[in-house]
Amino acid sequence: MTTDVEVAGIGLHPFGRFEGKAVTDMGVAAVRAALADAGVGRGGFQAAFCGTAYSGVAAGHRVLDALGMTGGPIVDVEAGCASGGAAWMLAAGAIAAGKYDTVLVFGMEKMPKGIIRSSFFAPWQEAAGIAATPAYFALRAQRLMRESGVTRDHLAAVVVKNRRNGVHNPDAMFRKEVTAEEVLASRLVCEPLHLWMLCSPNEGAAALVLRRAGDGADSGRVTVEAAVLRSHLPGNVLSEATPMSGLVDDDVPPPTTLAATAAYEAAGLGPSDLDLVECQDTDAARELLSYEELGLCPRGDAAKLLEDGATELGGRLPVNASGGLLSKGEPLGASALGQLVELTRQLRGQAGERQVHGARVGLGHTVGRGANASVVILKR
Amino acid sequence: MAETVPVHEGLFATAADGAARLIAGRCRSCGQHHFPRTGTCPYCSAEDVEQTLLSADSSLWAWTAVTAAPPGYQGEVPFGFGVVELPEGVRGVTRLTEADPSKLVFGQPMQLTLDPLHTDDEGRTGVTYAFGARA
Repeated sequence: MTTDVEVAGIGLHPFGRFEGKAVTDMGVAAVRAALADAGVGRGGFQAAFCGTAYSGVAAGHRVLDALGMTGGPIVDVEAGCASGGAAWMLAAGAIAAGKYDTVLVFGMEKMPKGIIRSSFFAPWQEAAGIAATPAYFALRAQRLMRESGVTRDHLAAVVVKNRRNGVHNPDAMFRKEVTAEEVLASRLVCEPLHLWMLCSPNEGAAALVLRRAGDGADSGRVTVEAAVLRSHLPGNVLSEATPMSGLVDDDVPPPTTLAATAAYEAAGLGPSDLDLVECQDTDAARELLSYEELGLCPRGDAAKLLEDGATELGGRLPVNASGGLLSKGEPLGASALGQLVELTRQLRGQAGERQVHGARVGLGHTVGRGANASVVILKR
Repeated sequence: MAETVPVHEGLFATAADGAARLIAGRCRSCGQHHFPRTGTCPYCSAEDVEQTLLSADSSLWAWTAVTAAPPGYQGEVPFGFGVVELPEGVRGVTRLTEADPSKLVFGQPMQLTLDPLHTDDEGRTGVTYAFGARA
């Protein structure tokens, strides 16, 4: 980064289902909280970036309009599951480039229930039954099982781990521990994925205030070391781009790896420097695949990293201490920023019972349709 | 017999031998195949793409079964869904005629067929491409 960027404030509207509550109201709650946390009032930020996928036209404008805080540039960003990550990249980049001193970045969503209907697919794909999002997750899970020695028990263990962490997160949707037996007894959605191995699309909002880092040492300050967004390269048939064809080639770098590699380079850090990770666990296999794609372990070693307990709370590199999307649910536009609120709490030492002790460097990762992958590294 | 209509034009054709084949694009510049065929090569951006029919034979690379009707789908469930590898160096996403995942194995020889989807009020049945285990 050219100019250092720091997190000045965080705000969250809990993730869950809120009957009768408008998405704008959730956005307002998160933005209000973030501005209060930053000590920034009306007119205290020069630009706003809003990530959302399903909130309709000018969603961010409606939030700031409700707060009486319009007038500056408001940019609404859609990038699938990485919408918040894309908004973040623009916000952090604008400060780093010297364009603004203080920027608001927020995201919110009120997801439809059930399997999400996406305008991404053409009508013929829907008619042919191939707009079946969980089926793509299932195919990816099966390939990971074949290539990395991942078993059904490993998939269940990811859910057990994340749900156990979620018990301690008051902003999560599911706050009850589950057993591997219960996970494997839940309805089979698409072999090998059972219902409880899939995250629930839901509702919520997250907001952060970013500003140009002040001079002088402040040991409590959380700085943005990297804010990267990447799309897919063609050729990987199971990439989040969901193409109808790809190449017989297992070495096309996935968007997550492209983003992670660039983020590590920007931060001057590597995976071994990380103290905690919040990663995309849309389904249990996606978390394990993320271990490999983010370079947390060598390719083929995801099951081993999980078995070793490294990614448990209390392990060498806790992953999804917040409970992950498997506990929180996934409101697309708020998902990436929710991770960054969590990482900031962790780095500030404010995460309560799920605190990763002594955490100084955290990585947030989202990946989804587009394809889009975002990787953010925060440091205290 | 009900009239059949392809779910979309330009996806598959009937070859001279009467068998169904997928219509792909082959880039004259880099040589890679893509499906469905478009006017621009997704691998090198060249616009010199010729139409070609992919081999009807393939091997199974990944599979599952869809147990609940996805958005916009009016056919029967469960149905098979997977990825096959074709001799042209292509992996293709496809419906499978086998809806029981336990009956399939990695590398299983597969053959292209046409699968009925849904019969509309005027008696027309939509058909799409699918792969089934080679007899």
